[in-house]
Amino acid sequence: MDKDPRVSARHAGNDTAGATQKATRQAKPEAGARLTVAKTYKIYIGGKFPRTESGRYYPLRDKSGEVIANICSGSRKDFREAVVAARGGFANWSSTNAYLRGQILYRIAEMLEGRGQQFVAELVIQGVSKQRAATEVTATVDRLVYYAGWADKYQQVFSAVNPVASSHFNFSVLEPMGVISILAPEDSGLLGLVSNIAPAITGANTCVVLASTSMPLCAISFAEVLESSDVPPGVVNILTGSQDELAGQFASHMDVNAVIHAGSDGERIKEVQLLAANNIKRTIVRTQTSWVGETGQGPYFIKDTQETKTTWHPVGA
Amino acid sequence: MVRELGKLDFKGTWQYAAAPESTDHVQLGDRYDLFIDGDFVAPAAGKYFDTISPSTEKVLASVALSSNVDVDRAVKAARGACRVWGRMKPAERGKYIYRIARIIQERAREFAVIESMDGGKPIRESRDVDLPLVAAHFFYYAGWADKLEYAFPGKRPAPLGVAGQIIPWNFPLLMAAWKIAPALACGNTVVLKPAETTPLTALKLAEVIRDADVPPGVVNIVTGAGETGAAIVEHSDVDKIAFTGSTDVGRQIQKALAGTAKKYTLELGGKAANIIFEDAAIDQAVEGIVDGIFFNQGHVCCAGSRLLVQESVADEVLGKLKDRMETLIVGDPLDKNTDIGAINSPRQLEKIESYLALGRTEGAEMYQSSVAVPDTGYWCRPTLFTGVSQSNRVVQEEIFGPVLAVQTFRTMAEGIDKANNTPYGLSGGVWTDKGAKIFHMTQKIRAGVIWANTFNKFDPTSPFGGYKESGVGREGGLHGLDAYLSLG
Repeated sequence: MDKDPRVSARHAGNDTAGATQKATRQAKPEAGARLTVAKTYKIYIGGKFPRTESGRYYPLRDKSGEVIANICSGSRKDFREAVVAARGGFANWSSTNAYLRGQILYRIAEMLEGRGQQFVAELVIQGVSKQRAATEVTATVDRLVYYAGWADKYQQVFSAVNPVASSHFNFSVLEPMGVISILAPEDSGLLGLVSNIAPAITGANTCVVLASTSMPLCAISFAEVLESSDVPPGVVNILTGSQDELAGQFASHMDVNAVIHAGSDGERIKEVQLLAANNIKRTIVRTQTSWVGETGQGPYFIKDTQETKTTWHPVGA
Repeated sequence: MVRELGKLDFKGTWQYAAAPESTDHVQLGDRYDLFIDGDFVAPAAGKYFDTISPSTEKVLASVALSSNVDVDRAVKAARGACRVWGRMKPAERGKYIYRIARIIQERAREFAVIESMDGGKPIRESRDVDLPLVAAHFFYYAGWADKLEYAFPGKRPAPLGVAGQIIPWNFPLLMAAWKIAPALACGNTVVLKPAETTPLTALKLAEVIRDADVPPGVVNIVTGAGETGAAIVEHSDVDKIAFTGSTDVGRQIQKALAGTAKKYTLELGGKAANIIFEDAAIDQAVEGIVDGIFFNQGHVCCAGSRLLVQESVADEVLGKLKDRMETLIVGDPLDKNTDIGAINSPRQLEKIESYLALGRTEGAEMYQSSVAVPDTGYWCRPTLFTGVSQSNRVVQEEIFGPVLAVQTFRTMAEGIDKANNTPYGLSGGVWTDKGAKIFHMTQKIRAGVIWANTFNKFDPTSPFGGYKESGVGREGGLHGLDAYLSLG
């Protein structure tokens, strides 16, 4: 196997549905050979793949400095539109039954498994070793299966019938917080991304996600997986762009109920927490550097995105 | 027989003789110091402020005004006590909390009277609601102390350390119990600040804690106003902040805590919809409306301050509600007949009255009962506004007084939309005879506590807390433990 990531990516691309732009732009085909068709990476809002309204882009470069692809540099307006889509999708998704949500999560895993080679190639082209990339992709598929299984179980683990002293039937259940903005981890382009999206949507929230700025390719390809997995439009919306520019908007938007920041930069955490207070937004900070194994999953990742609702009902005639 | 609406004459025929609760057994000092490290100590700056009775306007006692120095001293005492309290056998910790519960039960009558004197709430409520719930909270959480690992599957819960707790004036002792009981059960130590208008029962609770032989420094009580609260929030050696109060102050606290490792819970404002369907038991619903908005003078964050009544029964409900409002007695909090006591402070009365003026300016029609109110003290007659629209400020903003905004709806969907059209999400009420409708409504209202065919019920086993701008986290029940533990 060729050690050059560009070439291996091209090979992988030829094997699967999507090739990367880099393969087109950098590889020099021999005379008479077929020219690979590159993919344009766009953002994902309301089940559609528009370009950023701003028309801006940033070049994604590999370690040698060569351009892999032009990535949408999402704007604050893109974010606002994504929040509208997420809010619009919330009523339907939050009333979708747990069994069906679980099946849809499982369907995402199936579709990702089928396109695994493409994701390995994208991770490799963004600088991950081939072996680690392969491990990351299978771990991501397994993580989706894991949360598919939780969809109709976390409620039973965390809800309660409360033995109040008066003559009432009183119970507490979990309900989704609503629209969640997610600043995905910068250094884990696929597993870290999915480890934050999956528990949020398993818990019936809808979300707007900012992909890793330096590793955005898998996020957009993952959007394609979502789009073909019966995930309703608006449930997951994915932007690419600069976290420095957009984090404040993700934290301060008045129609977002919670913000997840995956990362350990103290200044960024403070910025997010400060702006989140505008509408008493819940802030969830995940500082782990590894998303592998039990540190990257668990029912408490779902519970973090839930409100507890308590209902009182009289008992008697 | 259909009776003629709004025409019942209650005047002259329904007189109650005065039935005042005796204050003879109450032991109140002239001056109260800070409770730090197991002792009552004078504030460093030597300053005191008066706490008055809102029903008589008389000074009840003078109370220490804490400075940053005092708060620092209290936090140091709390930190020092972590060594003892956090490492004590959990079952023994629980036994101390049981002792607190028992002593409160023994002294319940005295505490209820002081609560009504200092805060203005009717003795019927402080005696029958506040005090029983205070004891119940300590009993409930005492039992959790040695069972915490069962509450969080797969986790190893550990105490956070020092909890800074800031509580409001509407349920002074009950809020202290809500805060202190779970904190202690989870192995934390406490610095608690009661509200400046209602410090007395918290200071009497300090006596109970001392008499229960709780180790020095485990609970510290510092009195003062906003600056004292800010000093607790900003203190670098506090691990957790628990605040109950307004959304504005909650927002400031959330900002102040940004970038720190402090965990926090916020129980903030509300503007709950109480939704009456045409198939409800109307007389019961009217009682529910009264409990919802006039309980504790409407000084309740989860008050049912927005009445949403289905259009087809609006006239009937309003007629019966006005009749019922006419029977409510406003006056001496210590009189056992009193339904609505004194407004907690002149500042709060001013705020309520500004909303009464605002509602009329906005074009709403105001109705007040004709009840006579005493000459001295701070009072507000039960009030409702009709002819309001969703954007009116009396519909959108928390008034925190006995003031109800009335709107109508036709369909269930319209009722849900109006109920949820608010930045708050603390509570809600639904009145209907149809079970399926109840569950549809209780699922669709975006709020943390929903009462179906009842309102304003509380229990230590029942988690309480809001969605959206009504706060973060839950207090009460198993879910209330989370706020005081590190789950590792």
